[in-house]
Parts: sequence; C-alpha cells; structure tokens
Amino acid sequence: MTDKTSSFSDLGAADPTTEPFWQACAERRLIVQRCTACGARQFYPRPFCLACESGSLDWVEVEGFGTIYSLTTVRIPVSDELVPPYLLALVDLDEGPRLLTNIEASTAEIGDRVTLAWRARDGLPPLPVFRLAGSRS
Amino acid sequence: MPHALTTSPVYIAGVAETALGKVLDQSEFSMVALAAREALAEAGLGLRDVDALFTNYMGEEGSVQLGEYLGLAPRYAESSDMGGASFEFFVHHAMAAIAAGRCEVALIGYASRQRTRRNRKKAAPALDGSLSAQFETPYGIHFPIGHYALSAARYMHQYGATLEHLAEVAVAARQWAALNPKAWVRDPLSIADVMASPMLCDPLRKLDCCLITDGGGAIVVTSRDRARDAAKRPIRVLGAGESHVQWHVAQCPDLTVTPGRASGRDAFAMAGISACDVDVFEPYDNFTHAVLLYLEDLGFCGKGEAGAFVAEGRLRPGGSLPSMTSGGGLSYCHPGALGILLLVEAVRQLRGEALDRQVPGAEIAVAHGTGGLAFSTASTVVLARD
Repeated sequence: MTDKTSSFSDLGAADPTTEPFWQACAERRLIVQRCTACGARQFYPRPFCLACESGSLDWVEVEGFGTIYSLTTVRIPVSDELVPPYLLALVDLDEGPRLLTNIEASTAEIGDRVTLAWRARDGLPPLPVFRLAGSRS
Repeated sequence: MPHALTTSPVYIAGVAETALGKVLDQSEFSMVALAAREALAEAGLGLRDVDALFTNYMGEEGSVQLGEYLGLAPRYAESSDMGGASFEFFVHHAMAAIAAGRCEVALIGYASRQRTRRNRKKAAPALDGSLSAQFETPYGIHFPIGHYALSAARYMHQYGATLEHLAEVAVAARQWAALNPKAWVRDPLSIADVMASPMLCDPLRKLDCCLITDGGGAIVVTSRDRARDAAKRPIRVLGAGESHVQWHVAQCPDLTVTPGRASGRDAFAMAGISACDVDVFEPYDNFTHAVLLYLEDLGFCGKGEAGAFVAEGRLRPGGSLPSMTSGGGLSYCHPGALGILLLVEAVRQLRGEALDRQVPGAEIAVAHGTGGLAFSTASTVVLARD
C-alpha cells in the first residue's frame, strides 16, 4: 500500500481545496494556510484570509507542537474504526489554528502539551493525531 | 421613533403539542395537521386563513411538502434549517413579515418520530468529500454528544463548574416533569442518581443528556386584529433575536460562549427588558451544561457563575427563576428539535393554564432555542401577557 494516490478527492477523502493538505499528509507533513498579506495562519483552507480578507495565501508546514484546548473520553461506539474508550480533543497548534483530533494516550488533561503523530489508514492518507509531549511514539 | 414591531404588535394566538412520547398511530405529517387544527382553533382561525408557513425537518423542501399536505398555498414560506432552534427563528421572521404586511397568519409546525423510527445518526458522513467527513468523522466524534462534551469539559475547566452543578439542572427539570402528566419521565431524581448514570463522553453522563422521544407542535403567529376572535388569550411577541456561528467544533474560538449572547441581547433590547424581568425561562435543555451557558449568555448571572447560581435551586419549582417548566428536553419530551415545545410551554405559562406547574403571576417568559453542533445557532423569543 502506498500513502499517496493521484487524487484523494476521487475517494471522497478530500475536496479540490483540501487536496494539497491531504497530499502533504501522505508525506507525513502537517500544513496550514498562511496569508501572504497579514501572516495569519488558518485551517481548514479557504480561498481568502479570514483575518484580513486578502485573497493571497500559501501553505506552510507547522512544527507539530500544540496544547489541548478541550478533551473528552468517548465511551460509546461511534465508528467501526475506533474502539472506545478513546480520547477526542481540540488541539491549539503553536502556530494558531485549532484542530479536532485524537490524543494517543489513555489519559490526558486540558492544557497538556502534545506533539504530532500519524495514524495510518487503509487506502487513505495517514491522519494527523497527537501524543503527549515527552511520551514515546 | 417607535419601532415598527412595537407599533404593529404581533401575537402567538394558538399553540398545540402533537402526540408525544412514542407515536405509533400517526405519521409526522398527520401529527402536524392535528396540532395545526388545534392551534388554529385556539386562535379562532382555520387552515383557510393561513397565508404563511414555516417548518423544518419535514422533507427536503419542507414547507412545500407540509403545505401540500395541509392544502396550503402560502404567500410567505420558510423551511430554513437552524437545527432545534428553527422555531424561535421562525417566530422572529414571522413577526417581521407580519409587521411589514407581507402576511397575516403564520403557521409554524413540526413533528418527529425519531424514537419510533430509531433514525438518529451517531456520526457525520464518511468519505463524501464534505469538510465534516474530512476533519471530524475520522476522529470518532459522536454527533452531537461529542461536540457538547468538548464544550462542557472546557467550561468546567475554565470556570470551575462541577458535575453536581450539571446534575442540578437535570434534577430541576425532573421536579417540573413530576408536575406535568405529559412528561416522558416523572420518577424522582437526585443529584446522586445523575452522578451514578453511565458516562458517555466525559463529563457528560446519560442523565446529562436529553431524551430521544417522538413529538412536535404547532404555533399560530398573527396580528392583533386577526387574533380578535381567539378562543384563548393571545400572547404578545415582545422581542426576538437570532444568530449563528460555527458548524465544525474546531472553528469555535470559545466553547464557553454561545450565539445566545447575541440573540439574547437583540431580543431583550427589542422587548425593552432585562434578565431580571423574566418570570419564566424555557431554555433548550439538550444537555445540562448548556443551560448554564445560556444563563450566563442571557445575563441571568455573570460569566462562570451559573454553577453556583443553579446550585441554590433557583431553576426548580418554587425557585426564583422557574425554568424548564414542562420538564424540558431532559424529562418531558425531546423530539429531535425541541424549540417549538419551548414556545408552547411559555405561552401556556403566560396564559395561566399550566395547571400544577403554573408559575404564579407569570407575565414575561423567554423561550431560548439552540441548534446545530455544540451551539451553532441560537434564537431568543420574549413573550408577554399584555
């Protein structure tokens, strides 16, 4: 299996505006949009800057560090892919954008520092998830 | 200069519930039809008088499908999806349309058999190319308990609210339900019972979450002139407001604040009231902590103070802010979209016809709806007996 296909949009796993994001994930790089006018970072991608309304944006890779803004332990079955209990979190990247993600740990707290990790998916680009900073991947 | 909506007063002239709980002998459309006839009879009107129709979740072009069923060809119609708060939005829109002369008799209707049909979704779609499928579904977020749990966890972390504070909301709702023969659950409930119920998504336990029942209702909004033959006292729509914010939970900058702050500000300003004037509060109690956020956002207490505010029993029967007086979504009925039943109960309280659960001397009531995923939408309606 290869992480990279010609178009994740064809699989319904991306749309034309998010294709660059998922192609980067296929290379295990996490990228967000940066406004070339005001420097704001934003995620998910849009064809304009939410902060200054400029239409000029590019993509930048983030360092992969963040802080847990909120956290819940899901104890009821939701999908076939994830077996409860598991940690569902909102992580604020140091660069600014907030992501919904999973924390790959049995427990964590709001305010904990986390680092980027990757969860492989069958036939789809790996998914950005996080683990507690200082823990081993 | 007087506001157009104060010089052309608008009233709710009829309300009705559909069959509630578990409905095996009706369809959603027949439920709305029966409730509409009952509400119109209260207003002294019939279906032939209806020239505006508002509904949500009654089909892909909801007002068209419901309109056909009822034999209507409205000149003003809407089936916007504002989630469970749609019906408060509809009162706001109907109020403006009637005051502007675009229609005279607005019917708002809704019914669901989500309990009988067992058709609630647990998750957003997978692999349909939507933003939800890309950025929410893969992480296993329960729809909507996961979204609300992230809000509750952050709120408790930031302001020190406790699980007991959340449980008090469920207990207050149950005490009201015990006074309402139509409530789905009426057994006594203690803080300890709530705390002992199974954890679903921390910190939300089973009894922090609303019911899943069948139900719905109908409401007639009209002018003072068209309400002159009403069989029951028409209730004035004194003010209304609305707002909506994020859909995806990660797009919300502050999960401890809801769009109710904006809808409440606008509704109270139009009504010329403040929180201290409210006699009865009908909040959209889909989750216990949600009620705490509304209390703060509407100005009943300061930010972060709602836990202590409810802990004194203020929301219970006999409390200083009677709230969820039907038993609410937590104990009376939650048909997927609760907002219409908040309006029905508020009107009954202001008419003085709420029987054992009547709040003595109630003159001003607030129905506050929310919808979407963890406070996406909000609409506030201020009602008054005049």
